[in-house]
Parts: sequence; structure tokens; C-alpha cells
Amino acid sequence: MAILDHRLTDKEYAQNFSDIHPPFETRDAALVEANRCLFCYDAPCTKSCPTGINVPKFIKQITTDNLKGSAYTIFQQNIMGGGCSKVCPVEKLCEGACVYNLMEEKPIAIAKLQRYPTEKAIAEKWPLFTRKPSTGKKVAVVGAGPAGLSCAHLLSREGIDVTIYEKENKGGGLMTYGIAAYKVTPAFCEDEVGYILSLGGITIKYGMELSRDIQLEQLRKNYDAVYLGFGVGLARQLEIPGEELQGVVDAIGFIYTIRANGYPAVPVGDKVAVIGMGMTAIDAATQARRLGAKEVTLVYRRTQEEMPCTETELEIARLDGCKVLWLAAPKEILGEEGQVRQLVCSVMQLGIADGSGRRYPVDTGETVTLEVDMVIKAAGQMPYEALVNATSLTNDRGRLVITGNTTNLPGVFAGGDCVNGGKEVVDAVQAGKDGGAAILNYVMNNQRH
Amino acid sequence: MANLETDYLGIRSPNPFWLASAPPTDKKINVLRAFEAGWGGVVWKTLGSQVKNVSSRYSAVDFGGSRVMGFNNIELISDRPLELNLREIEECIRLFPDRAMVVSLMADNDRESWHELIRKVEATGAHGLELNFGCPHGMTERGMGAAVGQDPEIARLVVEWVMEIATIPVITKLTPNVHSVVPTGRAAVEAGSQGLSLINTIQSVTGVDLDTFVPNPNVGGFSTFGAYCGPAVKPIALKMLTTIAQDPITQKVPVSGIGGITTWKDAAEFLLLGATTLQVCTAVMTHGFRIIEDLCEGLSNWMDEKGFQTTTDFIGRSVPTLTHWEDLDINYHIVASIDPEKCIHCGLCYIACEDASHQAINIEQGQPYNNYSIKEEECVGCNLCKLICPVDSCITMVEQRKGPDYVNWKEYQQRGLPLNDH
Repeated sequence: MAILDHRLTDKEYAQNFSDIHPPFETRDAALVEANRCLFCYDAPCTKSCPTGINVPKFIKQITTDNLKGSAYTIFQQNIMGGGCSKVCPVEKLCEGACVYNLMEEKPIAIAKLQRYPTEKAIAEKWPLFTRKPSTGKKVAVVGAGPAGLSCAHLLSREGIDVTIYEKENKGGGLMTYGIAAYKVTPAFCEDEVGYILSLGGITIKYGMELSRDIQLEQLRKNYDAVYLGFGVGLARQLEIPGEELQGVVDAIGFIYTIRANGYPAVPVGDKVAVIGMGMTAIDAATQARRLGAKEVTLVYRRTQEEMPCTETELEIARLDGCKVLWLAAPKEILGEEGQVRQLVCSVMQLGIADGSGRRYPVDTGETVTLEVDMVIKAAGQMPYEALVNATSLTNDRGRLVITGNTTNLPGVFAGGDCVNGGKEVVDAVQAGKDGGAAILNYVMNNQRH
Repeated sequence: MANLETDYLGIRSPNPFWLASAPPTDKKINVLRAFEAGWGGVVWKTLGSQVKNVSSRYSAVDFGGSRVMGFNNIELISDRPLELNLREIEECIRLFPDRAMVVSLMADNDRESWHELIRKVEATGAHGLELNFGCPHGMTERGMGAAVGQDPEIARLVVEWVMEIATIPVITKLTPNVHSVVPTGRAAVEAGSQGLSLINTIQSVTGVDLDTFVPNPNVGGFSTFGAYCGPAVKPIALKMLTTIAQDPITQKVPVSGIGGITTWKDAAEFLLLGATTLQVCTAVMTHGFRIIEDLCEGLSNWMDEKGFQTTTDFIGRSVPTLTHWEDLDINYHIVASIDPEKCIHCGLCYIACEDASHQAINIEQGQPYNNYSIKEEECVGCNLCKLICPVDSCITMVEQRKGPDYVNWKEYQQRGLPLNDH
């Protein structure tokens, strides 16, 4: 057993990381699906979209060959509508609400249809939005992820000059760095960010980290308002013995490396355990398999009933040959010569329901041991607690506390993962819109404090 | 098993389905294939004076993702030599003696041309003649086709010429490009035509190409009014068919129904409104002769279900139920009812009623599914919600009479009953 990179041929990598949801190849194919749409009124799909995309309208516009209008309908509500069409868990959002489900029929392939006009718009750089004349107002945004970009785009359209401070050297946040490559490619993410910036009025300063390279107080002084959308980032620690061993990595870091360094350069074990059962755990497990791991086991302390990922995601992992060990909580990682060799898990059983209604797992006292050479931790992400505590921002264990969209500091707004602790891209886009609208109201109607 | 055999003016066919005079009946090769597939008869593509066709010839109207809801052509009558057509007609009759062979004719507008053409056609052994008074393009400019059918007196004159010499049944095909098909239908019957067929095609412009700005079909940068047919024209055909069945003169002759017949259901509807045989073209042009199988099987199964032995058991049966508006019962009242078990919460009924009808549907907001119910006191029973509901039998119309007795408009007025009550 060993952790190795370059396990596969270029052809195998290309095949393993090809688009899991291929787009419509022809207009005819898109039209067949688009014409199935019933064009519901006050549509359940729209109501189930966190950004409220008018789904029936954009689909109708595909049927009338008004693709520019269709793309505009999508981007108007969700400027990352292209990326969201690839990464959204649509089975629990728009497609899950499609009325065809109630007829026991296949729901409309909304995500696939959404890709159709948005990919063209991004590839062909359709200038769908124009800026209003400059208002002379300036806003700083911290974080070029979905929340920050969506906030910036809304503000720039209204004639506000926006500067985004981003610690990485690419925009897109977790869309660019935290999602399985077979769902959305790094190249697409770059194009998407470029498309958003093509509006003008938005400058991104890369390699600028809050509290390290820039200070919040400075931003407050230099801009009419500040939006914080710096997300979450730290992997939750297991806090068990052996966590320091070689071969224990966190999922976010693992996925980041895949996206930043390219597939062949990413080392992966022969036998990999992935801790957790969220979307990130699935993305890590499936990609470990696709990088050439011989055996991948997802380890989760509860049951399928309680898992945070969708059934569709679990199905992807299973089709990739990943195993699942239910009711197992990591207890200890054992190693030899500093290298991971075994993962010891407590066997759990479900006890009574906790406050959130989920049944709490209870240790049975028995253990089960997995022979592994790599452990990927995907047990959730932690807010940047230290960063936040270094400011005077009110927070709840590192999560910013906002009222409406405003922090406790006048002129400082926040939204997205840094507030909610980590949700979908589409939720962050909406948070950015809400924050942008609040900032617009603030800078246009209020004098500076 | 229902018997589909049909006798139309003594012209017998194993089923009522004939191919209309059109490209599928232009040549022996097509007609033999049609007979092999099971078609009951054909009306051979119109013979007459020599013509020359252009390219392109067809265009269509698509709707809601389906192709060819309506079809349009600018093709003329047969452009093959007359002698070739006559020889092939004779061969087809010899090879399939049990099938109906009717020949469509459009001679130059003089008595001698008609006589000569009829003599030649009768010599083939054809079973009937169909007079093409309907073609709306190309021939009209030369005083033929619809130019004849649009003027009852010219039509009467031509039918009289035909009847002087014809020894086999004569069917006059009527153009719909008139305010009513009845005057020409009457003239033809009065002049001796033993049968009528309708409708011919409707003059049309199917659309304009939004890149070239030239309407379809494009012939070197120009277009011309074409002849519209296919599923889109069925309702117009059914209405015209009914007027022929209602008129005391035209109702005396059997009718061959034409106009958008695509399925056995369409066929049954044409029969119920008075057609004896059914002519099909567009459905074959889009899907081939093989559609005859379901046309026959579907019609036969339906007849079995309804207890009909032959088509004559129900030809024209629905005609008496089409009455004048003022004879309708004003006390008859229906209201919509939504089955909450079947409802898929699409909201289509709600928005249609709200924006276009009587605001008779309640909306109860839900996440993500709204619930919809009928405000019975507001519902006028228009059917709109039921028509657009995507779920079968989810919305039904329930009878709630306004009064026990039949009251028509005239009586309603005489009694001084309230108007504008909604």
C-alpha cells in the first residue's frame, strides 16, 4: 500500500474526469426537452431555486430560439447560473419540485437546459448587461467567491465601482477550488469569472487576504461600504489520535490540489477512507477513485436516512465503486513509520432525536478496523474563527452575525458561507444579491457614518 | 369485427380510406405501394392540361415542438404526360380490382376539352371522376381550379358539360376559399354531380423567413400564396362538411370528407358529420402509407365498442346535434371541479382563468406547491381550465342547471329574464 501520483494514463484521467452531465449536443435535443416543460404559473421550480430563476420563462425562451433572452433571464437572477447548472443539487431544488414528479414522470432536465444558453453566453461573451453611469460610489468586497462576485456584479450594474480582495490567485471561490472536476472544470470557472467581470467596473486584487494584506478598518475608511463574503475554509478536525500521520488530508485541500495542480500530480492511496457523507465527502471519494485508488470507503456515523448528501450524489459514489460504512465513527488512526495504516471506528447505533430532529449516534463500545493508507477528512468546514475574532465583528463561533445583511459595524455587510457556515453555491449567489441590494440602498440613500 | 367495406355511389372499397388527389397518387409506383399497404382507394392526381412545376414547392407550420401542424404546397396538377398517367391508372385497376380508382380532372375551360378528357379517362376503367374545382394556386390564374369553384354559375356550367358525357359517378370537389361552400355545392348537385368532396386546400402564407425576409416556400427569392392543409385545417373542414350535411339540396348526395385527417379519431369525426369516404394526404406525406393500419384498426375497434356493424350505422349521426346558437339551452350550466388528488399544482388553470376568463379559481399559496380550487359562484363553465390542464380528468365539468326547464334565447328574451348577470 502506498500513496502515489501518476497512477493512470492521460487518457484514463481524461475519461475519468469528463463531464458527468454532458450538455445537449444539438438544438433539436434541447428543444425536445424544452418543449416538455408545461410553463407552470408561480412555478414550483422557481420557488425552489434560492436565486428565484424564472425557470419556465428561460425554458420557453429556448423553445422560441430567444437564447439571448433565455441567458439574460437566468443571469438576471443568478450571475453564476452557468456554474450552478453544473453543480447545483437540483434533485432537491428545482428539478425536485418539478410538477412532473407528481405525475410519476421524469422531471424537466432544468439544469441541462440551463447550461444550454448560459454556456453559449459565456463562450461567445454575449454582452447581456450594461452598467449604469458611474455614481462615484466605491465598495470593497472581500472574497471573489459566488457571494462576492454576485454582490459585485449587482453593484457594478448600478454604477458602483467595486474592488474585490481575494486571497487566492483565481476568482470563483469554492466553485473554482472546492468542487469535483467532473462537475465543473477549472477552465470553465475561469471563463465564468471572466464573463462576470466583462461587465466592467469590478477590479479583483488577487493574493490579498483579510487581516494579513488588508485591514477591515482600512477598507471601511477607503470605501463607501464593505461586503464580506470570505466563506469558510478550514476543515473540521476529527480530534482523534493519529490525525497527524502522513496520509491524513482534508477534503477541501485534496479537491483544491486536484483543481490547482492537475490530475496526474495528485497523490492518492491504494485504500482510502473518506470521513463524512456531505457533498464534499462524495466529491472527494469519487475523485479519489477516479485518480486511481483501488478501494474507497465512505465512513459515516449515522445512516442513509440522516446523510447530508442527496441520493443522487450517493448514487454517483456507488457507481464509481465507493463503499459506504454506515454507523461508524472514527476513533483512532493507526500508523507505521508515520504513515497511515489503519482506521479504527466505533460502531454506533442511533439513539434519540436531538434538537434538529436527527437521531443522535451512540457508541456501542464495539469497534471496526479498516486497512487504509489514506484518510480524507470531509466532516464539515469550520469558519475562520481566529480571523473574525481579530476584528470587532459580532460572531457566533466564527460565523458572522448579521441583521438583514448588515454586520454590527456600520457600512459593513456580509453574506454567504462566512455567515451561514457553508451552503450551496446558489445560496451564496443569493446572499450576494441580497447584500448588494442592501449596500446599494445604503450608499445611495445614507450619508457615510 | 366491424365491417369497414364502403359503397360510395356504387364505387366499392374495402375500407373508407382513400388517398386524396395529390403527390402520393401521381404515379403507379406510389399507388401500388398504397394498395399493398391496405388503402381502400385512391383519387389519382389531377389530370388536365400540361403544366410545369417550380422548386421549391412545400412549406409547413410547426407548433409546440411538433413538426408540420399545417402543410402548404405550390405544386400544380400532374406534370406527367397524360397518356402515361392513363396507362398506369389502367394497370393499377387491373392489379387491384377491389380498390376504388377515382380520377381527378381539371380540363381547360371549354366543353370539348372536358369531354375529351373524360372519354380518355373512362376508357381506363376508372370507377369515378372527381372534378377539381378547388386548387387555389397556379391553375386559378388560367381560369381553372378554385376560379371555377368560387363561382357557382361557372361550376354549374362545367358540371353540366361533364354530365353530358360521363357514364361513371361524378364527384365535385369544393374549394374552401369562399364564404360558404354551399352555393357551389348546390350548383354542382343541381347540375347533376352525384357526389361532393371537401375541402380542398386553403390559400395561405405559412410564414416568413426571418433571415431572408422572404415567405415560405422560397422560389429564388420570391414566394406565392400556397395551398394549406394538414391537421390545422381539420376544424374548418368539419364545419364546412356540416354545412353540406345541413343543406336540403347538398345533403342528398354522399360526401367524401377531406381536410387534415390524420388518425382514426379524425376519421370517425368526419363520418359522424356526414362523410361516407375519407380522403387523406398530408398524414401520408409526413409518415407514409403505413398509417393505414392504425386508421383501419382504430376505427374498427371503436366501432366494435360502440356496437356499429358498418360505417353506415353512424354516418351523419352527429349532424343533428349541431344546432343554431339561439336554440341552445340557457339553463344548462356547468362548473369546473378540480380533483385535488390528481392536481399537480402547475397553476395553468389559475392563470388562464385569472387573466383570460372569470377569475373563478382560488389560489392558496404553498411552498413550493400552491393549491387551486374553483369558486363555483364565479365559474361560467367556459371549459378553458379543463382544456389546458395537463392531467387527464383532473378538471371535470359538473352540471349545475340554472333551472329545470329548457329555455332558449328567444324564449329567454320573451320571458324578460335577466341579462348581463355575470
